[in-house]
Amino acid sequence: MMAAPLAAQSPTFAVGRPPTPEEIRNLGGAIAPDGGGLPEGSGTVAAGRDVFAAQCARCHGPRAQGDVGPVLVGGQGTLTTARPLKTVGSFWPYATTLWDYINRAMPFDKPGLLKPSEVYAVAAYILNLNGIIGENDVMDASSLPKVKMPNRDGFVADPRPDVGEKANKPK
Amino acid sequence: MLRLSALAMGGGLLAEKKALAVETPGKLGIPLGPYGDRSPYEKAVRFTRQSKTPETGSSFTPLADSVGTLTPSSLHYERHHSGIPDIDPAQHRLVIHGMVDRPLSLSVADIRRLPSISRVMVLECGGNSGSEWAATTGPDVQRSFGLVSCSEWTGVSLALLLKEVGVRPGAGWVIAEGADACRMMRSVPLAKAMDDALVAYGQNGEALRPAQGYPLRLLLPGWEGNTNVKWLHSLKLTDQAYMARDETAKYSDLMPDGKARIFTYRMEAKSVITFPSGGQTLAGPGLYELTGLAWSGSGRIERVEITTDGGKTWVNAQLQGPRLPIAWTRFRLPWRFEGREAVIASRATDETGYVQPTREALIAVRGTNSGYHFNGMKFWKVRADGTVTNVEV
Repeated sequence: MMAAPLAAQSPTFAVGRPPTPEEIRNLGGAIAPDGGGLPEGSGTVAAGRDVFAAQCARCHGPRAQGDVGPVLVGGQGTLTTARPLKTVGSFWPYATTLWDYINRAMPFDKPGLLKPSEVYAVAAYILNLNGIIGENDVMDASSLPKVKMPNRDGFVADPRPDVGEKANKPK
Repeated sequence: MLRLSALAMGGGLLAEKKALAVETPGKLGIPLGPYGDRSPYEKAVRFTRQSKTPETGSSFTPLADSVGTLTPSSLHYERHHSGIPDIDPAQHRLVIHGMVDRPLSLSVADIRRLPSISRVMVLECGGNSGSEWAATTGPDVQRSFGLVSCSEWTGVSLALLLKEVGVRPGAGWVIAEGADACRMMRSVPLAKAMDDALVAYGQNGEALRPAQGYPLRLLLPGWEGNTNVKWLHSLKLTDQAYMARDETAKYSDLMPDGKARIFTYRMEAKSVITFPSGGQTLAGPGLYELTGLAWSGSGRIERVEITTDGGKTWVNAQLQGPRLPIAWTRFRLPWRFEGREAVIASRATDETGYVQPTREALIAVRGTNSGYHFNGMKFWKVRADGTVTNVEV
């Protein structure tokens, strides 16, 4: 009679229990770069324009040019200049990160407010503003991970120590 | 007669005693209390910039007011992304799931029941000293180096928890997530999780402060503060990094060639002189004790050298023991201020032999747009009149 609950606990210290489905649902719903974890639903650029105007523009500006919140568009070609502009379009390597971050952290004062289809739509709108997807493209669990971000190959592993006598020599 | 003469002789003393008694009538102090405050005469506070969104931002530890090698919990630096959540520990759970044999939901009481580990450990924001990349360096030690603090932390080995859930073959990453409003998330390599990571519930002898992750936080010794996820409620075992916003768009280091270094987790050896430092004034020529703090995310501090001639010559400072790995080590050096301008700095060497570089050496490799992970030397100028400033470069 005690065997079932005990087996579900940790083997050495017998603490805890299996998480409930509700406990898992209440977590942030982390999205992998291969799209793992993306929910059902879809969003168009047009729908995203409306959601953005209603929920995002007051901080990021009507065209995502930045205000209280950071600029979300432009900057492509600036990363090697003296004044690099790091945006979703110029810097972010994965479109899944955009979905994940909007879903978990935005709007700033009401994170978690947007429904999955609204998150797809806002992501589509921001990607379109950056010239990464077309006006008629639709974002969903299948299409979003396939979006090739301009700076997808712009990241390298940590080579430190990189300064002084202990520095790793460049290959 | 004797009595009279005694009175006559002692009269003056008696009158003096009486006057003293009137001035200090043995006033009782305040009673015992349940939870202590510092003296109202102590004024050191964290520094915070004005912001329209004060729930996201940083507060800087007043390093120049710090004595010894620990930061009071109330002055520990802060970096929050969506405010400090109000969490009832009786309701809080840590869920360990993903690529594991036995997913577990643990209460705080469950975790406190397990074998505990305490260690003194420095925690430094990956963005600490970000101001120093610019030509106009920070004016004082708090604002330029204050996103670092040192506490004794108590918790449970993450390796022990992972053994309890049974990590499945193929898992290589742990996705750590907090219960703050934005569910702050970072990807942690499984090797680090199995090495020396802690799930902490204690800080400096009591429960974590809410600003430090109450009731549970992740601690990754030596790694940038952001990965030490606060208000920890989820550890998900996966076969890949999740490329979170805070490890791609943020906390990555943009190099001059346009490539950005990703997963630059470890904080390298660093030190700074806290006295004399920017904003302070020496009373006049004479003998002083130069002092400051050194630390390394790679282990113990082996040596701290000090220059008082702008970097031409260096002498070893005295290091206060015990020199704990990945903890603050206080250094000291007697120094005679002659009333002539002096440019002073410290440089730390850690147990790996790594030497804290100059700002110029860092910039020669990384340029000025990498933003994070600045560990260059900090020069202060002591002027002839005893005032101390940063050095413009």
